[in-house]
Amino acid sequence: MTLTARRRDALAGWIFITPQLLGFLAFVVAPLAAVVWYSFQDVNLLAGTSVFAGADNYAKLFDDPTAPKVARATAIFCVGLVVLNLALALSLALLLNLKLRGTTVFRTVFFSPVVVTLVAWTIVWNFLLQDNGGINALLQTIGVDGPNWLRGNGTAMLSVIVVQVLKNVGLNMVLFLAALQGIPASIMEASQLDGAGPWRRFRSVILPMISPTTLLTAIITVAGALQVFAQIQVLTLGGPADSTNVLVFYFYQQAFANHDLGYGSALAVVLFLVILVLTLLQWRMRKRWVFHES
Amino acid sequence: MSRRAKIACYVVMVVLAVPFVFPTWWMITASLLPANEVLAYPPKLFPASPQWENYKTAFTDFPLAQQYFNSLYIAVLVTLGTMFFSSLAGYAFARIRFRGEKVFGLILIGLMVPSEVTIIPLFRLVDDLGLTNTHWPLIVVPIFGAPSVLATFVMRQFFITIPGELEEAGRLDGLSRFGLYRRVALPIAKPALAAVAIFTFLNTWNFFLEPLVYLTDKSMFTLPVALTQYVDVYGGHLWNVQLAAATTTVVPVLVVFIIAQRQFVEGLAQSGLKG
Repeated sequence: MTLTARRRDALAGWIFITPQLLGFLAFVVAPLAAVVWYSFQDVNLLAGTSVFAGADNYAKLFDDPTAPKVARATAIFCVGLVVLNLALALSLALLLNLKLRGTTVFRTVFFSPVVVTLVAWTIVWNFLLQDNGGINALLQTIGVDGPNWLRGNGTAMLSVIVVQVLKNVGLNMVLFLAALQGIPASIMEASQLDGAGPWRRFRSVILPMISPTTLLTAIITVAGALQVFAQIQVLTLGGPADSTNVLVFYFYQQAFANHDLGYGSALAVVLFLVILVLTLLQWRMRKRWVFHES
Repeated sequence: MSRRAKIACYVVMVVLAVPFVFPTWWMITASLLPANEVLAYPPKLFPASPQWENYKTAFTDFPLAQQYFNSLYIAVLVTLGTMFFSSLAGYAFARIRFRGEKVFGLILIGLMVPSEVTIIPLFRLVDDLGLTNTHWPLIVVPIFGAPSVLATFVMRQFFITIPGELEEAGRLDGLSRFGLYRRVALPIAKPALAAVAIFTFLNTWNFFLEPLVYLTDKSMFTLPVALTQYVDVYGGHLWNVQLAAATTTVVPVLVVFIIAQRQFVEGLAQSGLKG
């Protein structure tokens, strides 16, 4: 290639990436910088003023009586979701991996909530979980008096977690299925010849072989769990007694219901830092994963 | 595997399938029940006389048709825009040797910026431009902002695998860079484009926080926010009408999913994995 041709090529390259690059600067970098800046400001929307407030908004995190409840709800939601989601996803993947006849039908069924509109899915469950709703009606037919799922202290969180697990478990199931199918048949056969039973094979062969996928799905699931919002808005509004008031829901309340943009920004920065740590963790794992494969 | 074990596995799968199928089933059933039977005991699992009026009410008493159109045209525009701009940028990052390649690592930061983090400054920007209660922020920000980064990443990873000889042949035919992108690279990138199209469409179709923040008029709402508005003037829940509206947003997507399952599963697995 001649020099001018190479130059023209570079020019084409820049032209190709310019729309995305400009968008990235305007809609990611600038707002990211701005939200950090706002988190050190006391923003009064009504008066239209914004004054430097030092670390006040971050200090508020420690004075705010709701903040510990939010931290607790977020932690419970994330841990509960990950444990339940991964356990169910792996179980479903193991079942599908038996390759019984009709497996594709079941795969479709388990995956289908993933493509259902999130809010529609949540609305249906809101309907089903009402005190006089479908779940309790079904329980009643077998003589069980069900609780008021979405208003009860422990059951509200449980309900939100289960609804979310059912919605998205299909995605992790597919990832686990791919991992299971990636285990070389020779290893499975060898363990069979060694006389390992199904449970032993699961513990000593399958689980270690798919551990990279387990870690990866765990991190992806936590990152997604941290952003849960619509479900809370539809199902519980953070209640009862803030037991389901997770970080993003609280953030929305502070920023867009209370119009406290400074404090809201501080909460947004906290969210960003947590996701940042998780993502870096994921990338490190991925490197190890690639190494493991080679 | 023994016959008995097989049967046991089937039983387990059928039982597990219930909470996945049942909600959609009951959504459709309840959407066809009269208001006084929606929460009746014993539960009606099949509508004796389907009340199609619920669907009519959903469209006549609420601007559902308008909201449906809003969601559809926004999702289509965002999907097409993302497919074009992300494949263009992804192509450059993968195939052109220039200093801009380094920008790619920078742009990946977008993968770890959830929309909640940037929405306060973006809201103020949109407000300053006088564009609140318009669809502009719902279209422009996703095409060029953080949501498009994943699409660019997926496209780049695909384009990197194209053998150089293919482009060499095109170059000898006198194709420009854009020609190489358009006539050589893009036609073989269909699987990657399909994946991008599917996850972009579904993400946009599901947007909830953004329309909630940017929009105020019901006639401007997109479906997810619109679906939460089904209450009568006293604040009472119009369950059957709400579920009818919900059904109209779910069934078309489910039908497309069942037809194009493999593409959906692969596309969404990729978005889950981030590449």
